[in-house]
Amino acid sequence: MAARLDRARAPDLPGAAKEAFLAAIVAFVLALPIIGLGTYDRGGGRLAVEPRWDWVAIGVAAVFGGRLLMALTRPARRAAGGRRSWVDRAGRALRPIQPYIALAGLLFAFVLPFMPFSNRYVMDIGTQLLIYVMLGWGLNIVVGLAGLLDLGYVAFYAVGAYSYALAAQYLELSFWVALPIAGALAAVFGVLLGFPVLRLRGDYLAIVTLGFGEMIRIVLVNWYPVTNGPDGLSGIPRPSFFGLPFAASAPEGGNSFHTFFGLPYVPEHRVIFLYFLILVLALITNLFTLRIRRLPVGRAWEALREDEIACRSLGINPTTTKLSAFAIGAAFAGFAGSFFATRQGFISPESFTFIESATILAIVVLGGMGSQMGVVIAAVVLVVLPELIREFAEFRMLVFGGAMVLIMIWRPHGLIAFREPTVHLAAWRRARAKP
Amino acid sequence: MAYFVQQLINGLTLGSVYGLIAIGYTMVYGIIGMINFAHGEIYMIGAFVSVISLIVLGAAGLTFVPLALVVVLIVTMMFTAAYGWTVERIAYRPLRGSFRLAPLISAIGLSIFLQNYVQLAQGARVKPIPPVVRGGFLLFEENGFTVQASYIQIFIWLLTLVLMVGFAVLIGRTALGRAQRACEQDRTMAALVGVNVDRTISLTFVMGAALAAVAGFIVTLYYGVIDFYIGFLAGLKAFTAAVLGGIGSLPGAMLGGLLIGLIEAFYSAYFSLEYKDVAAFSVLILVLIFRPTGLLGQPEVEKV
Repeated sequence: MAARLDRARAPDLPGAAKEAFLAAIVAFVLALPIIGLGTYDRGGGRLAVEPRWDWVAIGVAAVFGGRLLMALTRPARRAAGGRRSWVDRAGRALRPIQPYIALAGLLFAFVLPFMPFSNRYVMDIGTQLLIYVMLGWGLNIVVGLAGLLDLGYVAFYAVGAYSYALAAQYLELSFWVALPIAGALAAVFGVLLGFPVLRLRGDYLAIVTLGFGEMIRIVLVNWYPVTNGPDGLSGIPRPSFFGLPFAASAPEGGNSFHTFFGLPYVPEHRVIFLYFLILVLALITNLFTLRIRRLPVGRAWEALREDEIACRSLGINPTTTKLSAFAIGAAFAGFAGSFFATRQGFISPESFTFIESATILAIVVLGGMGSQMGVVIAAVVLVVLPELIREFAEFRMLVFGGAMVLIMIWRPHGLIAFREPTVHLAAWRRARAKP
Repeated sequence: MAYFVQQLINGLTLGSVYGLIAIGYTMVYGIIGMINFAHGEIYMIGAFVSVISLIVLGAAGLTFVPLALVVVLIVTMMFTAAYGWTVERIAYRPLRGSFRLAPLISAIGLSIFLQNYVQLAQGARVKPIPPVVRGGFLLFEENGFTVQASYIQIFIWLLTLVLMVGFAVLIGRTALGRAQRACEQDRTMAALVGVNVDRTISLTFVMGAALAAVAGFIVTLYYGVIDFYIGFLAGLKAFTAAVLGGIGSLPGAMLGGLLIGLIEAFYSAYFSLEYKDVAAFSVLILVLIFRPTGLLGQPEVEKV
């Protein structure tokens, strides 16, 4: 018995070499046409092929080495399989102090604009990050709580952005009036789309939402008289501070922000205001999620995610329950969309492609579905890191896709998968409280 | 009338492409109950492999067109099938038995990866090839409008027909097909009676990828221009076709493909070219409202 165990633990070199060799052959077959034979335009629209055997050799060698390493470390990893991985242990250790971490993060977010190192660039990244955090929290209601895979979330974001832009242009509504309208419109779209699909299995929803995202984009590109097509809408009015515009010169007979408060005019005022605006919007989303999880409807969402058949037999209507999650998630995307429009001052269909949906989904999934904290961490990883490695921008999406696959294989429940159950059994809680 | 017949001819050709891709979706769905999200990219890779092998053959001096086409077809199917196999090994097998959304998300990641991989390796610009087969049959003429079925369209129909018949025989009559159908019905039971389930699932992905490769080959010949982004829309429409025909049903996938091809051809001919993609997705949503099992699908029985 002991001998067998030893053998199982010892690295099996010939076996590992064979495995790595087979993987290298597969890699060679895969790389041969696509990497090995590059096509280039040799003039006049005619293509020619240029062999790149060095690239193939590098790729095959990398696969061989990687697979060899994996095979050799497998016994050790298997032995460690019983133990929790370091991420789990770190998560567990941090759990008791999680509220303090959240509070510290919140405080940091509030004082960030007044830090000595903060400048326009930091504020822009911060605002960008918070948009994604808000979208992540909004999508978390749909994916994390209700367990519905929405691949077209960006469509609702686009609906929100265009509703504010169009409302401002044609109806001359201010940002604050248009904001709820944009959210409501996005929710209406969510209901219209969700109604036929939510009766069906989850996979259909994924594809239909994907198709819907694409549909919205096609309409935005082609409905020239209203959306101005691919050129987009520009000159979207900026929000005001309770009626006080952020302008260098005050309007006729009124005040602007700096004259009212007796400050010298600095263009950064608006940037900081926008930062706080999205911070508050994001926090509202978070608070809403935290509270609704304790309401019957929120509990029904989580129950539906776990077991639909059990829910149905308990008298929960799956369609309307899912529909409510879908619509609420869409509404938050609509709010975020109108913020995006007012911040940019310009929107075009370019900003609402599938990649955006995939990014938001990746934030939710990598963060550990249903974990509010995870969304923030994943958003920091996915939004701020690419900003720091701009030189490798062309590899960004490649790494992004690869990371999605690897993280799913490594941790199918997301990076931070220590989601607290919302409801505790009384007996269980008593047992936990005793020692 | 002449215009109508011409659109019918074009629609059938387009439908063959969607049908061939849709079979991959429907088979994978049948056996593991999941959508193969990377299938559209497999088709795109098939198109790239056929462009590359056509250029290589042209440079090597193979000028006898029928032979060149056969060689390119076989090469494309082989290399693309390897990609299909890899997709299953990387994105699906490690996550079998994990929670429901995990494989779907890993497949989306893989599809983003493959798209950018091809873009980086082959460049983002469109890849044009000169027309390989020219000419066609003049069917009839009406008020100066000629109805034509080009040789390439006829070649596409014949190729699709041959593949369909061959595929029906493969699934219906061979040991592999029996194993495949057995796994669809009950994987555990199939394993108990000695079917190698892992191998069967792998082969299902390989077969689907080979058919998607043919679709990529056809598109390359028919349009003569491809880019790294074609997999996304084609995959969506082929999935629509699979749902329209009834997911899990092979004849349904082909029928759905032809219908989607026809809808797209007629919609762009008679209504608007810009919104042809919207028409295809609207069909998907309408089908899901009124006939969720599709035209030829079986209603799903839910067991507790």
